[in-house]
Amino acid sequence: MTVFGAAALLVSMLQAPGSPQRPVVVASKPFGESYVLAEMFSQLLEARGIRVDRRPGLGATEVAFKALTTGAIDVYPEYTGTGLLAILGEKPIADKDSVFREVSTQFRRRYGVRWLAPLGFQNTYAIAVRRQLADSLHLETLADLARASAKIRAGLTADFTGRADGLPGLEHAYGLHFADVRVLGPAVKYQALAAGQVDVIDGYSTDGLIARYDLIVLDDDRHFFPPYEAAALVGPRIAEQMPQALVALGELSGMIDQARMRALNKRVEVDGAPVATVARDALRDLGLVDSARLSAATSASPSRVGLLAYLNEQRASLARLTLRHIELVALSLIIAIAIAVPLGLALERAGRGAETFIRSVGVLQTLPGIALLAFMIPLFGIGVLPALIALVLYSLYPIIRNTYTGVRDADPAAVAAAHALGMTDGQVLREVRLPLAAPIIMAGVRTAAVIDVGTATLAAFIGAGGLGEPIVAGLALSDTRMILSGAIPAALLAVAVDAGLAIVERSTRPGYR
Amino acid sequence: MQRAALLAERVSKRYGAVVALDDVSLNVSPGALLALVGESGSGKSTLLRCFNRLVDPDAGVVHVDGENLAAADAVALRRRVGYVPQDGGLLPHWRVQRNVELVLRLNDDSRAPERARDALALVGLDPGKFADRWPRELSGGQRQRVAIARALAAEPKLMLLDEPFGALDAITRSELQDAYAALRTRLSITTVLVTHDLHEAFLLATHVAVMRRGRIEQIAPPDELLRAPSTDYVRALLERAHVGALERA
Repeated sequence: MTVFGAAALLVSMLQAPGSPQRPVVVASKPFGESYVLAEMFSQLLEARGIRVDRRPGLGATEVAFKALTTGAIDVYPEYTGTGLLAILGEKPIADKDSVFREVSTQFRRRYGVRWLAPLGFQNTYAIAVRRQLADSLHLETLADLARASAKIRAGLTADFTGRADGLPGLEHAYGLHFADVRVLGPAVKYQALAAGQVDVIDGYSTDGLIARYDLIVLDDDRHFFPPYEAAALVGPRIAEQMPQALVALGELSGMIDQARMRALNKRVEVDGAPVATVARDALRDLGLVDSARLSAATSASPSRVGLLAYLNEQRASLARLTLRHIELVALSLIIAIAIAVPLGLALERAGRGAETFIRSVGVLQTLPGIALLAFMIPLFGIGVLPALIALVLYSLYPIIRNTYTGVRDADPAAVAAAHALGMTDGQVLREVRLPLAAPIIMAGVRTAAVIDVGTATLAAFIGAGGLGEPIVAGLALSDTRMILSGAIPAALLAVAVDAGLAIVERSTRPGYR
Repeated sequence: MQRAALLAERVSKRYGAVVALDDVSLNVSPGALLALVGESGSGKSTLLRCFNRLVDPDAGVVHVDGENLAAADAVALRRRVGYVPQDGGLLPHWRVQRNVELVLRLNDDSRAPERARDALALVGLDPGKFADRWPRELSGGQRQRVAIARALAAEPKLMLLDEPFGALDAITRSELQDAYAALRTRLSITTVLVTHDLHEAFLLATHVAVMRRGRIEQIAPPDELLRAPSTDYVRALLERAHVGALERA
């Protein structure tokens, strides 16, 4: 790819985000209910003639909220309790109306962000156990759980173990101490509980999976968990410039009660119905849209077809995602090579301090991808740019390291002879050391490329698209098929990229080895 | 007396606390072959490298062809001086032809391809057969021949040979020694040869300098060295190597 081609691609991928006709950007966090609500927002806005850009599955509260305040997205579903505790960092309040008043006032003042009137249901933490365990230990309330807690193994999300309204507060309020606490990802906690690997998990009260796995939600008899009312959280641009969008989203206020939300979640998480279908049916049932006016994005068939049939069904969107994935990897690799090769050469020249410098670049490699992406958001917003920067940072180390080592260790006898016969330092570098180091540099590029293909799946968490999109969505909706529809092409891509670069690498060593 | 092709006056060089050259003086007439012999660390390679400025002395002056090297451009100098290291130092990513053209191309010689082929022929390698080979496809002896051809291709007046035959088997070594002796006589190239092999020194050299701890113990033509070793060290060295016995036999 030429430099111009790369630049043009970059520009097209970044698309001016501030243009006046920009559609309303609707986002969600990476779990099923958030997907469903965001899709309902989107379809409702579209039904009212407002263009929508969907960015589902953003990292988590941190990522989605930063994106909202920086204007990268315009609206996403959030919970008042989360706003109060996780974003504002205030103490829990027991009364739900007081919580809503507090977050409304504070968010408007501090961030220029508006809470629309709540949707009508709460989704608080639900501490769940297997029915069998509940029966045998006579567990009905959290106080019962505290009594038996010395024998209980907990599997909790990292989020829950860390926050004041999570485990620490719960331990204090109920005086419970689990025999063991394991930190589990949201995607696996239900399976771990069902398989008996843990005894208790933190779920959400509207989770469809609670019904699927026949779990008992223990009663919060001391009212420890604060209210978590769901509502649309709306960014400054809509709040100030798009009253018609505000009105449209407001139509959902008070319309969704807990039973309805749980049923919607169950259809998505348990029955495997497409989010678009579930959202469309819900809007129709609520009488908010006329079903004839909706263009269904996917077939309404809720049955889970086989993986191959699914891949075939999704081939158009998978092709688009694969292309985006390749764009991300190729661009970040080109940029990384342009930075890392000259840097490796300069370090080899400098000699002193080179090892220390390269080692400190290596520290970047140890940062978890999602953490690095989260750091990017305040600086670069969400979307392609921060994803590219993160991928470039991940690619630097193997290329710098191999350039440095390859050039430094290039056949010392050949280098010495080239000097002794009258080559200048520049000629020795260009004509001897670089060509001799080329296979090693290319090996570094290959390593970086394969790392990139894997890491680029995380780009979905900040709305940059790529094959991570179905993976993130599949994890959120506990849809293995969907996860594989992203993971298999990503794995194949990694193999293909490695094989392709192996051919390039071979061409850098013409016959002499 | 004819002007010296090479001249070193009171040359010293140290690396940190290690004295590599300690007040060394010598001169070499045009067309002569000076062999530098001595143990490892005696300073012989360091001295050789002073003549193409791979080493710059801390003190003293070095002249090549009447030019004081302190003022010379190192890169230009090296393109005029042939150099053959022990392992040949062929560039592994270039074919034989390109290797031999190295110095010619650095000098922008428009006849580089022909002259490289001539140089290959000169060292006894058929250009038709060898020009397109990669260095790894050559035997050790062939590689050293290519290295010599590369050094000779630009027709230097001075050749610096740093143990060029040290890694070869006895038969190949002997062939290359003969080949070089013939070439030197024919082209009358002044040569400095570093070797740890006294037999080689006596076979090829017009003058032998025995070095020890950065100093020259004795410098003399081979027969004079044999007849009148000036120090106990030189005598012991000659006896240990049985050079005298061999020459008399």
